[in-house]
Amino acid sequence: MKRISAVTAHPLRVVMVATLAAAILAAVPAIQAAAASAKVDVDIAKFLFAQKEITVAPGTTVVWTNRDETPHTVAAADKSFSSKGLDTNETFEHTFAKEGDFDYICTVHPFMTGVVHVHK
Amino acid sequence: MSQRDPGKPTLTRRQALQCLATWSGAAVVWTVAGGVPRALGATRGDTSIATPQPGALTFVQISDTHIGFRKEANPDVVGSLRRAIADIHALPDAPAFVVHTGDVSHLSKPEEFGSARELLKEIRVDRVHTVPGEHDTIDDGATGYLKYFDHDGNGKSWYSFDQAGVHFVGLNNVLNFKLGTMASLGDEQLAWLKADLADVSRSTPVVVLAHIPLWTIWEPWGWGTADSAQAIALLRPFGSVTVLNGHIHQVLQKVEGNVALHTARSLAYPLPTPGQAGIGEPGPVTVSAGELGKLLGTRELRIVRGRTDVALVDTPLDR
Repeated sequence: MKRISAVTAHPLRVVMVATLAAAILAAVPAIQAAAASAKVDVDIAKFLFAQKEITVAPGTTVVWTNRDETPHTVAAADKSFSSKGLDTNETFEHTFAKEGDFDYICTVHPFMTGVVHVHK
Repeated sequence: MSQRDPGKPTLTRRQALQCLATWSGAAVVWTVAGGVPRALGATRGDTSIATPQPGALTFVQISDTHIGFRKEANPDVVGSLRRAIADIHALPDAPAFVVHTGDVSHLSKPEEFGSARELLKEIRVDRVHTVPGEHDTIDDGATGYLKYFDHDGNGKSWYSFDQAGVHFVGLNNVLNFKLGTMASLGDEQLAWLKADLADVSRSTPVVVLAHIPLWTIWEPWGWGTADSAQAIALLRPFGSVTVLNGHIHQVLQKVEGNVALHTARSLAYPLPTPGQAGIGEPGPVTVSAGELGKLLGTRELRIVRGRTDVALVDTPLDR
Protein backbone atom coordinates (compact mmCIF):
# COMPACT_ATOMS: atom_id res chain seq x y z
CA MET A 1 0.00 0.00 0.00
CA LYS A 2 2.74 2.38 0.90
CA ARG A 3 4.46 1.93 -2.47
CA ILE A 4 1.27 2.52 -4.45
CA SER A 5 0.59 5.77 -2.59
CA ALA A 6 4.16 6.92 -3.30
CA VAL A 7 3.74 6.22 -6.99
CA THR A 8 0.47 8.08 -7.05
CA ALA A 9 2.12 11.05 -5.40
CA HIS A 10 4.93 11.32 -7.95
CA PRO A 11 3.83 10.83 -11.59
CA LEU A 12 7.39 11.28 -12.88
CA ARG A 13 8.53 8.31 -10.85
CA VAL A 14 5.78 6.23 -12.47
CA VAL A 15 7.32 6.90 -15.89
CA MET A 16 10.80 6.03 -14.64
CA VAL A 17 9.60 2.78 -13.07
CA ALA A 18 7.72 1.86 -16.23
CA THR A 19 10.81 2.46 -18.37
CA LEU A 20 12.93 0.37 -16.07
CA ALA A 21 10.33 -2.40 -16.10
CA ALA A 22 10.24 -2.38 -19.89
CA ALA A 23 14.03 -2.71 -20.01
CA ILE A 24 13.90 -5.68 -17.63
CA LEU A 25 11.11 -7.35 -19.59
CA ALA A 26 13.09 -6.93 -22.79
CA ALA A 27 16.06 -8.66 -21.19
CA VAL A 28 14.07 -11.60 -19.81
CA PRO A 29 13.58 -13.54 -23.09
CA ALA A 30 17.34 -13.51 -23.61
CA ILE A 31 17.87 -14.99 -20.13
CA GLN A 32 15.22 -17.62 -20.75
CA ALA A 33 16.81 -18.55 -24.07
CA ALA A 34 20.15 -19.02 -22.36
CA ALA A 35 18.57 -21.22 -19.68
CA ALA A 36 16.73 -23.30 -22.28
CA SER A 37 19.90 -23.96 -24.22
CA ALA A 38 21.76 -25.10 -21.06
CA LYS A 39 20.39 -28.61 -21.32
CA VAL A 40 22.55 -31.56 -22.18
CA ASP A 41 21.28 -35.01 -23.06
CA VAL A 42 22.93 -38.26 -22.03
CA ASP A 43 21.58 -41.49 -23.47
CA ILE A 44 21.73 -44.71 -21.50
CA ALA A 45 22.03 -47.42 -24.12
CA LYS A 46 23.51 -50.91 -24.34
CA PHE A 47 24.43 -50.80 -20.63
CA LEU A 48 26.57 -47.68 -21.13
CA PHE A 49 26.23 -43.98 -20.48
CA ALA A 50 26.66 -43.05 -24.14
CA GLN A 51 28.25 -39.69 -23.29
CA LYS A 52 30.37 -41.14 -20.54
CA GLU A 53 32.27 -37.93 -19.75
CA ILE A 54 30.79 -34.47 -20.30
CA THR A 55 31.79 -30.94 -19.32
CA VAL A 56 29.07 -28.34 -18.69
CA ALA A 57 28.74 -24.83 -17.24
CA PRO A 58 27.17 -24.31 -13.80
CA GLY A 59 23.40 -24.08 -14.06
CA THR A 60 23.25 -26.68 -16.82
CA THR A 61 20.57 -29.36 -16.63
CA VAL A 62 21.64 -32.83 -17.69
CA VAL A 63 18.85 -35.11 -18.93
CA TRP A 64 19.45 -38.86 -18.94
CA THR A 65 17.17 -41.09 -21.04
CA ASN A 66 17.14 -44.87 -20.71
CA ARG A 67 17.07 -46.41 -24.21
CA ASP A 68 17.47 -50.00 -22.94
CA GLU A 69 14.79 -52.58 -22.19
CA THR A 70 16.55 -53.10 -18.88
CA PRO A 71 16.03 -50.61 -16.04
CA HIS A 72 18.90 -48.35 -15.05
CA THR A 73 19.48 -45.62 -12.51
CA VAL A 74 21.67 -42.52 -12.32
CA ALA A 75 23.24 -42.08 -8.89
CA ALA A 76 26.05 -39.74 -7.85
CA ALA A 77 28.96 -41.23 -5.95
CA ASP A 78 28.71 -38.32 -3.48
CA LYS A 79 24.91 -38.89 -3.17
CA SER A 80 24.17 -35.35 -4.46
CA PHE A 81 21.63 -36.77 -6.92
CA SER A 82 19.93 -40.11 -7.44
CA SER A 83 17.19 -41.24 -9.79
CA LYS A 84 14.52 -43.84 -9.29
CA GLY A 85 14.65 -46.89 -11.53
CA LEU A 86 14.21 -45.71 -15.11
CA ASP A 87 12.23 -47.98 -17.38
CA THR A 88 12.56 -47.77 -21.16
CA ASN A 89 12.43 -44.14 -22.44
CA GLU A 90 12.02 -42.71 -18.94
CA THR A 91 14.16 -39.71 -18.12
CA PHE A 92 15.88 -38.20 -15.12
CA GLU A 93 17.26 -34.70 -14.96
CA HIS A 94 19.52 -32.88 -12.57
CA THR A 95 20.67 -29.26 -12.62
CA PHE A 96 24.29 -28.76 -11.66
CA ALA A 97 24.45 -25.49 -9.71
CA LYS A 98 28.00 -25.77 -8.44
CA GLU A 99 31.35 -26.45 -10.03
CA GLY A 100 32.95 -29.80 -9.49
CA ASP A 101 33.46 -33.30 -10.88
CA PHE A 102 30.48 -35.58 -10.33
CA ASP A 103 31.08 -39.30 -10.75
CA TYR A 104 27.95 -41.37 -11.06
CA ILE A 105 26.89 -44.98 -11.63
CA CYS A 106 23.84 -47.09 -12.37
CA THR A 107 23.06 -48.73 -9.03
CA VAL A 108 21.45 -51.69 -10.81
CA HIS A 109 24.65 -52.23 -12.80
CA PRO A 110 27.45 -50.57 -10.81
CA PHE A 111 29.98 -51.34 -13.54
CA MET A 112 28.27 -48.60 -15.58
CA THR A 113 30.01 -45.31 -14.77
CA GLY A 114 29.94 -41.72 -16.01
CA VAL A 115 31.17 -38.31 -14.93
CA VAL A 116 29.89 -34.75 -15.26
CA HIS A 117 32.55 -32.03 -15.04
CA VAL A 118 30.98 -28.69 -14.09
CA HIS A 119 33.21 -25.67 -14.87
CA LYS A 120 32.65 -22.00 -15.73
CA MET B 1 24.48 -80.23 15.60
CA SER B 2 22.46 -83.20 16.74
CA GLN B 3 19.21 -81.33 16.27
CA ARG B 4 20.12 -80.83 12.64
CA ASP B 5 20.49 -84.56 12.04
CA PRO B 6 17.29 -86.23 13.11
CA GLY B 7 17.16 -89.97 12.62
CA LYS B 8 19.96 -92.44 12.80
CA PRO B 9 22.04 -92.80 9.70
CA THR B 10 22.71 -96.36 8.66
CA LEU B 11 25.32 -95.45 6.12
CA THR B 12 28.04 -92.90 6.81
CA ARG B 13 29.18 -90.48 4.18
CA ARG B 14 32.60 -92.16 4.15
CA GLN B 15 31.09 -95.60 3.63
CA ALA B 16 28.92 -94.26 0.91
CA LEU B 17 31.90 -92.70 -0.82
CA GLN B 18 33.60 -96.08 -0.70
CA CYS B 19 30.55 -97.56 -2.39
CA LEU B 20 30.81 -94.89 -5.02
CA ALA B 21 34.41 -95.84 -5.70
CA THR B 22 33.47 -99.47 -6.22
CA TRP B 23 30.71 -98.55 -8.63
CA SER B 24 32.96 -96.82 -11.03
CA GLY B 25 31.19 -96.15 -14.24
CA ALA B 26 27.72 -96.66 -12.86
CA ALA B 27 25.43 -93.69 -12.64
CA VAL B 28 24.92 -92.95 -8.98
CA VAL B 29 22.41 -90.60 -7.55
CA TRP B 30 22.37 -89.51 -3.94
CA THR B 31 19.45 -88.36 -1.96
CA VAL B 32 19.42 -87.03 1.54
CA ALA B 33 17.65 -89.10 4.16
CA GLY B 34 18.21 -88.53 7.83
CA GLY B 35 20.91 -86.00 7.11
CA VAL B 36 23.20 -88.40 5.31
CA PRO B 37 23.54 -88.65 1.57
CA ARG B 38 22.49 -92.12 0.41
CA ALA B 39 23.41 -93.70 -2.82
CA LEU B 40 20.53 -94.25 -5.16
CA GLY B 41 21.65 -96.80 -7.65
CA ALA B 42 21.02 -96.54 -11.30
CA THR B 43 21.72 -100.20 -11.78
CA ARG B 44 19.00 -101.58 -13.96
CA GLY B 45 16.73 -104.04 -12.21
CA ASP B 46 17.81 -103.20 -8.67
CA THR B 47 14.51 -101.76 -7.54
CA SER B 48 15.58 -101.58 -3.89
CA ILE B 49 17.74 -98.58 -4.67
CA ALA B 50 16.14 -97.26 -7.81
CA THR B 51 13.58 -95.12 -6.05
CA PRO B 52 14.19 -92.35 -3.53
CA GLN B 53 13.99 -93.21 0.16
CA PRO B 54 10.92 -91.96 1.96
CA GLY B 55 11.80 -88.54 3.32
CA ALA B 56 14.47 -87.92 0.71
CA LEU B 57 14.77 -84.28 -0.14
CA THR B 58 13.66 -83.07 -3.52
CA PHE B 59 13.22 -79.39 -4.23
CA VAL B 60 12.86 -77.08 -7.22
CA GLN B 61 14.77 -73.96 -8.24
CA ILE B 62 13.16 -71.25 -10.33
CA SER B 63 14.73 -67.89 -11.10
CA ASP B 64 14.47 -64.49 -12.73
CA THR B 65 10.71 -64.27 -13.18
CA HIS B 66 10.94 -60.48 -13.78
CA ILE B 67 7.27 -59.93 -12.99
CA GLY B 68 6.40 -56.55 -14.55
CA PHE B 69 8.48 -57.10 -17.72
CA ARG B 70 6.24 -56.87 -20.78
CA LYS B 71 8.50 -56.15 -23.72
CA GLU B 72 9.07 -57.97 -26.98
CA ALA B 73 11.49 -60.56 -25.58
CA ASN B 74 8.55 -61.95 -23.55
CA PRO B 75 5.23 -60.08 -23.46
CA ASP B 76 3.76 -62.66 -21.02
CA VAL B 77 6.11 -63.44 -18.14
CA VAL B 78 3.12 -64.34 -15.95
CA GLY B 79 2.15 -67.00 -18.49
CA SER B 80 5.70 -68.36 -18.46
CA LEU B 81 5.67 -68.59 -14.65
CA ARG B 82 2.30 -70.36 -14.72
CA ARG B 83 3.66 -72.90 -17.22
CA ALA B 84 6.58 -73.52 -14.87
CA ILE B 85 4.15 -73.99 -11.98
CA ALA B 86 2.26 -76.59 -14.02
CA ASP B 87 5.56 -78.40 -14.69
CA ILE B 88 6.37 -78.38 -10.96
CA HIS B 89 2.94 -79.85 -10.16
CA ALA B 90 3.52 -82.58 -12.74
CA LEU B 91 6.77 -83.81 -11.18
CA PRO B 92 6.58 -87.48 -10.10
CA ASP B 93 8.23 -86.65 -6.76
CA ALA B 94 6.50 -83.68 -5.17
CA PRO B 95 9.18 -81.19 -4.12
CA ALA B 96 9.44 -80.20 -0.46
CA PHE B 97 9.70 -76.53 -1.39
CA VAL B 98 10.74 -74.14 -4.12
CA VAL B 99 13.66 -71.71 -4.12
CA HIS B 100 13.61 -68.59 -6.27
CA THR B 101 17.08 -67.17 -6.91
CA GLY B 102 16.18 -63.55 -7.49
CA ASP B 103 14.82 -60.93 -9.87
CA VAL B 104 11.35 -61.78 -8.67
CA SER B 105 10.27 -58.39 -10.03
CA HIS B 106 11.48 -56.31 -12.95
CA LEU B 107 11.39 -52.79 -11.49
CA SER B 108 11.07 -53.32 -7.70
CA LYS B 109 7.55 -51.89 -7.79
CA PRO B 110 5.23 -52.81 -4.91
CA GLU B 111 2.56 -54.04 -7.33
CA GLU B 112 5.15 -56.31 -8.98
CA PHE B 113 6.20 -57.78 -5.62
CA GLY B 114 2.55 -58.22 -4.66
CA SER B 115 1.66 -59.91 -7.93
CA ALA B 116 4.74 -62.16 -7.71
CA ARG B 117 3.90 -63.19 -4.16
CA GLU B 118 0.36 -64.18 -5.17
CA LEU B 119 1.64 -66.12 -8.20
CA LEU B 120 4.21 -67.99 -6.11
CA LYS B 121 1.42 -68.96 -3.71
CA GLU B 122 -0.14 -70.89 -6.59
CA ILE B 123 2.71 -73.42 -6.31
CA ARG B 124 1.46 -76.34 -4.22
CA VAL B 125 4.42 -76.53 -1.84
CA ASP B 126 4.86 -75.54 1.80
CA ARG B 127 7.13 -72.61 1.11
CA VAL B 128 8.93 -70.62 -1.54
CA HIS B 129 12.30 -69.25 -0.40
CA THR B 130 13.54 -66.23 -2.33
CA VAL B 131 16.72 -64.16 -2.45
CA PRO B 132 16.75 -60.67 -3.96
CA GLY B 133 18.11 -59.84 -7.41
CA GLU B 134 19.32 -56.41 -8.48
CA HIS B 135 15.93 -55.82 -10.12
CA ASP B 136 14.36 -56.25 -6.65
CA THR B 137 16.52 -53.60 -4.98
CA ILE B 138 16.42 -50.71 -7.44
CA ASP B 139 15.06 -47.76 -5.50
CA ASP B 140 15.56 -48.42 -1.81
CA GLY B 141 17.91 -51.33 -1.40
CA ALA B 142 16.15 -54.40 -0.03
CA THR B 143 13.50 -52.41 1.92
CA GLY B 144 10.68 -52.72 -0.62
CA TYR B 145 11.50 -56.36 -1.35
CA LEU B 146 11.48 -57.26 2.35
CA LYS B 147 7.93 -55.95 2.74
CA TYR B 148 6.88 -58.96 0.68
CA PHE B 149 9.67 -61.50 1.16
CA ASP B 150 11.03 -61.27 4.70
CA HIS B 151 11.21 -65.03 5.27
CA ASP B 152 12.17 -65.17 8.92
CA GLY B 153 10.97 -61.75 10.02
CA ASN B 154 14.48 -60.55 10.86
CA GLY B 155 14.36 -57.68 8.41
CA LYS B 156 17.42 -59.06 6.60
CA SER B 157 17.64 -60.31 3.05
CA TRP B 158 19.90 -63.20 4.11
CA TYR B 159 18.90 -66.20 6.21
CA SER B 160 19.47 -69.89 6.79
CA PHE B 161 17.33 -72.93 7.55
CA ASP B 162 17.72 -76.67 7.85
CA GLN B 163 15.63 -79.30 6.17
CA ALA B 164 16.11 -83.07 5.98
CA GLY B 165 19.68 -82.75 7.22
CA VAL B 166 20.66 -80.16 4.63
CA HIS B 167 21.72 -76.67 5.65
CA PHE B 168 20.33 -73.98 3.34
CA VAL B 169 21.71 -70.44 3.21
CA GLY B 170 20.09 -67.55 1.31
CA LEU B 171 22.33 -64.56 0.53
CA ASN B 172 22.00 -61.05 -0.90
CA ASN B 173 24.88 -60.31 -3.30
CA VAL B 174 23.28 -57.53 -5.34
CA LEU B 175 24.13 -54.49 -3.19
CA ASN B 176 27.34 -53.33 -1.47
CA PHE B 177 29.14 -52.05 -4.53
CA LYS B 178 31.69 -49.34 -5.05
CA LEU B 179 31.97 -47.11 -8.10
CA GLY B 180 32.57 -49.27 -11.14
CA THR B 181 32.81 -52.59 -9.30
CA MET B 182 30.70 -55.71 -9.20
CA ALA B 183 28.24 -56.03 -6.32
CA SER B 184 29.34 -57.90 -3.22
CA LEU B 185 28.10 -59.61 -0.07
CA GLY B 186 29.75 -57.07 2.22
CA ASP B 187 31.47 -57.44 5.56
CA GLU B 188 28.30 -57.63 7.66
CA GLN B 189 26.90 -60.52 5.66
CA LEU B 190 30.24 -62.37 5.47
CA ALA B 191 30.52 -62.12 9.27
CA TRP B 192 26.99 -63.47 9.58
CA LEU B 193 27.79 -66.33 7.18
CA LYS B 194 30.90 -67.27 9.14
CA ALA B 195 28.93 -67.36 12.41
CA ASP B 196 26.07 -69.28 10.77
CA LEU B 197 28.35 -71.97 9.34
CA ALA B 198 30.24 -72.34 12.63
CA ASP B 199 27.29 -74.32 13.97
CA VAL B 200 27.11 -76.72 11.03
CA SER B 201 29.02 -80.01 10.96
CA ARG B 202 31.40 -80.46 8.05
CA SER B 203 29.52 -83.53 6.89
CA THR B 204 26.25 -81.63 6.52
CA PRO B 205 25.42 -80.89 2.89
CA VAL B 206 25.20 -77.13 2.38
CA VAL B 207 23.09 -75.45 -0.31
CA VAL B 208 23.68 -71.75 -0.92
CA LEU B 209 21.20 -69.50 -2.75
CA ALA B 210 22.37 -66.20 -4.23
CA HIS B 211 21.21 -64.24 -7.25
CA ILE B 212 24.45 -63.23 -8.98
CA PRO B 213 26.92 -66.07 -9.61
CA LEU B 214 29.36 -66.57 -6.75
CA TRP B 215 32.16 -66.90 -9.25
CA THR B 216 33.26 -64.43 -11.88
CA ILE B 217 31.78 -65.42 -15.22
CA TRP B 218 32.09 -62.13 -17.14
CA GLU B 219 33.22 -59.11 -15.20
CA PRO B 220 32.47 -56.45 -17.88
CA TRP B 221 28.79 -57.35 -17.51
CA GLY B 222 28.89 -57.59 -13.72
CA TRP B 223 28.46 -61.37 -13.88
CA GLY B 224 30.25 -62.08 -10.66
CA THR B 225 30.45 -61.16 -6.98
CA ALA B 226 33.34 -58.94 -5.92
CA ASP B 227 33.98 -60.76 -2.62
CA SER B 228 32.85 -64.27 -3.62
CA ALA B 229 36.31 -65.70 -2.83
CA GLN B 230 35.74 -64.91 0.86
CA ALA B 231 32.40 -66.70 0.84
CA ILE B 232 33.79 -69.74 -0.99
CA ALA B 233 36.66 -69.91 1.52
CA LEU B 234 34.08 -70.24 4.30
CA LEU B 235 32.28 -73.01 2.38
CA ARG B 236 35.29 -75.00 1.17
CA PRO B 237 35.76 -77.06 4.37
CA PHE B 238 32.35 -78.68 3.94
CA GLY B 239 32.10 -82.03 2.20
CA SER B 240 29.22 -81.11 -0.08
CA VAL B 241 28.44 -77.56 -1.11
CA THR B 242 25.99 -76.64 -3.84
CA VAL B 243 25.67 -72.99 -4.88
CA LEU B 244 22.52 -72.09 -6.82
CA ASN B 245 22.54 -68.80 -8.73
CA GLY B 246 20.38 -66.99 -11.28
CA HIS B 247 21.04 -63.62 -12.96
CA ILE B 248 22.55 -64.78 -16.26
CA HIS B 249 19.38 -66.55 -17.55
CA GLN B 250 21.22 -69.67 -18.74
CA VAL B 251 22.64 -72.88 -17.34
CA LEU B 252 26.34 -72.83 -16.50
CA GLN B 253 28.28 -74.71 -13.89
CA LYS B 254 31.63 -74.82 -12.24
CA VAL B 255 32.96 -77.46 -9.88
CA GLU B 256 35.80 -76.58 -7.55
CA GLY B 257 36.68 -79.37 -5.15
CA ASN B 258 33.60 -80.01 -3.03
CA VAL B 259 31.93 -76.81 -4.15
CA ALA B 260 29.66 -77.01 -7.20
CA LEU B 261 28.20 -73.79 -8.56
CA HIS B 262 25.23 -73.74 -10.91
CA THR B 263 23.34 -70.95 -12.65
CA ALA B 264 19.72 -71.49 -13.72
CA ARG B 265 17.48 -70.57 -16.59
CA SER B 266 15.14 -67.62 -16.28
CA LEU B 267 11.36 -67.68 -16.58
CA ALA B 268 11.30 -64.33 -18.40
CA TYR B 269 13.74 -63.97 -21.31
CA PRO B 270 17.11 -65.22 -22.53
CA LEU B 271 20.35 -63.30 -22.20
CA PRO B 272 23.43 -63.60 -24.42
CA THR B 273 26.17 -66.05 -23.60
CA PRO B 274 28.98 -64.46 -21.56
CA GLY B 275 30.65 -61.78 -23.65
CA GLN B 276 28.87 -63.08 -26.75
CA ALA B 277 30.46 -61.70 -29.90
CA GLY B 278 28.38 -59.07 -31.65
CA ILE B 279 26.34 -58.32 -28.54
CA GLY B 280 27.88 -55.65 -26.39
CA GLU B 281 25.56 -55.81 -23.41
CA PRO B 282 23.59 -58.27 -21.25
CA GLY B 283 20.12 -57.13 -22.38
CA PRO B 284 17.05 -59.25 -23.22
CA VAL B 285 17.44 -61.30 -26.38
CA THR B 286 14.34 -61.58 -28.56
CA VAL B 287 13.97 -64.95 -30.23
CA SER B 288 11.17 -66.35 -32.38
CA ALA B 289 8.00 -67.33 -30.53
CA GLY B 290 8.69 -71.04 -30.98
CA GLU B 291 12.17 -70.75 -29.50
CA LEU B 292 11.46 -68.84 -26.28
CA GLY B 293 10.05 -71.78 -24.33
CA LYS B 294 13.18 -73.81 -25.06
CA LEU B 295 15.31 -71.19 -23.37
CA LEU B 296 13.19 -70.77 -20.21
CA GLY B 297 12.73 -73.45 -17.61
CA THR B 298 12.89 -74.94 -14.14
CA ARG B 299 15.37 -77.11 -12.23
CA GLU B 300 14.62 -80.08 -10.02
CA LEU B 301 17.23 -81.01 -7.44
CA ARG B 302 18.01 -84.00 -5.30
CA ILE B 303 21.09 -84.02 -3.17
CA VAL B 304 23.43 -86.35 -4.98
CA ARG B 305 27.02 -87.36 -5.22
CA GLY B 306 28.85 -88.00 -8.42
CA ARG B 307 30.55 -85.64 -10.73
CA THR B 308 28.59 -82.85 -9.18
CA ASP B 309 27.23 -82.94 -5.69
CA VAL B 310 23.58 -82.61 -6.52
CA ALA B 311 21.34 -84.35 -9.01
CA LEU B 312 20.05 -81.54 -11.14
CA VAL B 313 17.53 -81.88 -13.86
CA ASP B 314 17.08 -78.72 -15.92
CA THR B 315 13.83 -78.83 -17.81
CA PRO B 316 12.90 -76.19 -20.40
CA LEU B 317 9.26 -75.12 -20.72
CA ASP B 318 9.24 -76.41 -24.33
CA ARG B 319 11.04 -79.67 -24.98
